[in-house]
Amino acid sequence: MSQIGFWDILTNLIFATGWTVLLSIISFIGGGILGLILLFARIGKRKWLQHVVKVYTEVFQGTPLLMQLFLAFFGLGLMGINVSPFLAASVALILWTAAFLVEIWRGCVTAIPKGQWEASASLGMTYVEQMRHIILPQALKLSVPPTVGFSVQVVKGTALTSIIGFVEVTKAGTVLANATFQPFTVYGLVALIYFALCYPLSLSARKLERKLNAAH
Amino acid sequence: MPLIDIDALHKSYGETEVLKGIDLHIKKGEVIALIGKSGSGKSTLLRCINGLEQINGGAISVDGQQLINDEMHLRNLRQKVGMIFQQFNLFPHKTAGENVMLAQQVVKKTSKSDAEAMARKMLDRVGLGDKFDNYPDQLSGGQQQRVAIARALAMEPIALLCDEVTSALDPELVGEVLEVVRELASEGMTLIMVTHEMAFARDVCSRLVFMHQGRIHEMGAPEEVFTNPQTPELRSFIGMSH
Amino acid sequence: MNYQFNFEWIGTYWPVFLAGIWMTTKLIAVGGVVGIAVGTFCAWARSLGPKWLGIIVAVYVELIRNTPFLIQLFFIFFGLPALGLRLTEVQAAMLAMVINLGAYSAEIIRAGIEATPKGQFEAGASLAMSPIQTFRHIVLVPALQKIWPALASQVVIVMLGSAVVSQIAVEDLTFAANFTQSRTFRAFEAYFVSTAIYLGLAILLRFILIQIGHSIFATKRRASR
Repeated sequence: MSQIGFWDILTNLIFATGWTVLLSIISFIGGGILGLILLFARIGKRKWLQHVVKVYTEVFQGTPLLMQLFLAFFGLGLMGINVSPFLAASVALILWTAAFLVEIWRGCVTAIPKGQWEASASLGMTYVEQMRHIILPQALKLSVPPTVGFSVQVVKGTALTSIIGFVEVTKAGTVLANATFQPFTVYGLVALIYFALCYPLSLSARKLERKLNAAH
Repeated sequence: MPLIDIDALHKSYGETEVLKGIDLHIKKGEVIALIGKSGSGKSTLLRCINGLEQINGGAISVDGQQLINDEMHLRNLRQKVGMIFQQFNLFPHKTAGENVMLAQQVVKKTSKSDAEAMARKMLDRVGLGDKFDNYPDQLSGGQQQRVAIARALAMEPIALLCDEVTSALDPELVGEVLEVVRELASEGMTLIMVTHEMAFARDVCSRLVFMHQGRIHEMGAPEEVFTNPQTPELRSFIGMSH
Repeated sequence: MNYQFNFEWIGTYWPVFLAGIWMTTKLIAVGGVVGIAVGTFCAWARSLGPKWLGIIVAVYVELIRNTPFLIQLFFIFFGLPALGLRLTEVQAAMLAMVINLGAYSAEIIRAGIEATPKGQFEAGASLAMSPIQTFRHIVLVPALQKIWPALASQVVIVMLGSAVVSQIAVEDLTFAANFTQSRTFRAFEAYFVSTAIYLGLAILLRFILIQIGHSIFATKRRASR
């Protein structure tokens, strides 16, 4: 097996990293869109809709992502859909990401002081106008640092898709470790690749947070 | 006909009754001060008039229209009755000018240029014509409160509710805000204010309303109330505030 | 969808699930207690300890927080034997959980320590307490109390994350589901049941942690009166 050298390992891993990045982007954007829809239900005026979304977030935050991946993989199969690991991974990660983003964003909406609601109400604005002009613009500003911070969780979450057979960087690492008998090197490299993806995100989340705090 | 009619108003938070039957009739151009200890219900009364609190019994009508708790009626009511808050509650993501313009554009559908002209006029009126492009956090507390007054005035209300508008201010900034309020009073604006500034209330108001334990305990012209209080509660309250 | 759901296998396989629940419980018990201890030490090191130690801890925390738990687990179980450290599956899983929770809880606890008013440190110093005594007797408990809900959430997250230890053949709850579905070919049902159990465990664990918080901090408050 000595014909697989260090550079072969590295190039193979970096190639597979492309899939990790792609899946992360799909999950984040898909989860963001779904999360936004759920957010409006969560902070809207219909009690039963609020409740549905609350249960949704509690279930997705209260169960392992790995189980959600399995259920998506086998569940979609039961519905007669021909599931690739990529499809199942995307569906599960989008649902999971949305559940966290909706709670993060709701926190930002509730962080807006009550006085802002009262002042805009006293000027005669309707609920929708208050949201559109007063609450959401301020909540949006608050939401940037934690949202960027959560993107780190999404990137790391994609590692679990290797278990349902999607070949991203973790799966590539497993295959290479078995082929080369150099798990120390291979997993060390995989860890460094994740670090290279995630650390800049963590760092910018922290910087944005500091900037936001300084502005207040 | 009174401008604001309050009849047998009741308000509770859960088990606690905060307003136990309030009757108050306010004519156009009156300047009313609600005074009393904290917890006597005066702020709650003010907030009920603007529909910020839902009432549990009785009736409020403003300019002949009943206060009904749905979005359309509240929208109409709030265009007639402006409110100034203790904590200013300016919109931090908008400049002073935009704060004054926003509701005109959104609620009254005023054109941008008209809204801007009105905003400049109102900021001038409160002495802040040069602060149009400043954000709230670039203004002092007194200036922020004056912007809040301009913001309410720009909706051309027929009455203004002032909820302890100087309580959050440093002492040296209180004067500039009271000066603006005094001017509004002299121009004939109907004002209802909750205040702890007794000297100011005595000086500016046409009527003082002393509240105690959720009821109107005593009311009358300022001189009369201050020099000849009828109840021991009011006597002790006036004694305390000296 | 013509699929007929079938849960009859539960009658045969429930002991496997029970064993899995027990393993998951043991993992989070050890991981939780030792992980928080590691986290407390690291939080102290970063906010109050010597500078060189603070730097080492910072590197550790950032490395762990920015890599997936699954990779940490694989590195420990498959990679470390290259350095001569050979662990059993369960030991590796526990170590990985301790290291993971240690890093996250370090950041959470540090936030609590740094929210302590400066006057508390000064009061300790003025009573001739050493910095470590001040930390231990004055700063730590109120700091933990402040961040306890966040810490409880993190412990629950680590418990849920432990589902992947089945990948190194630890016989936890996920392993039970894997095992069952491989025998019964009832994959969806098996994972559905284990997911429901995880949800129950998460709710229970959170409840227990909140109760522990109440009792620890309530006694401290009463004792100090």
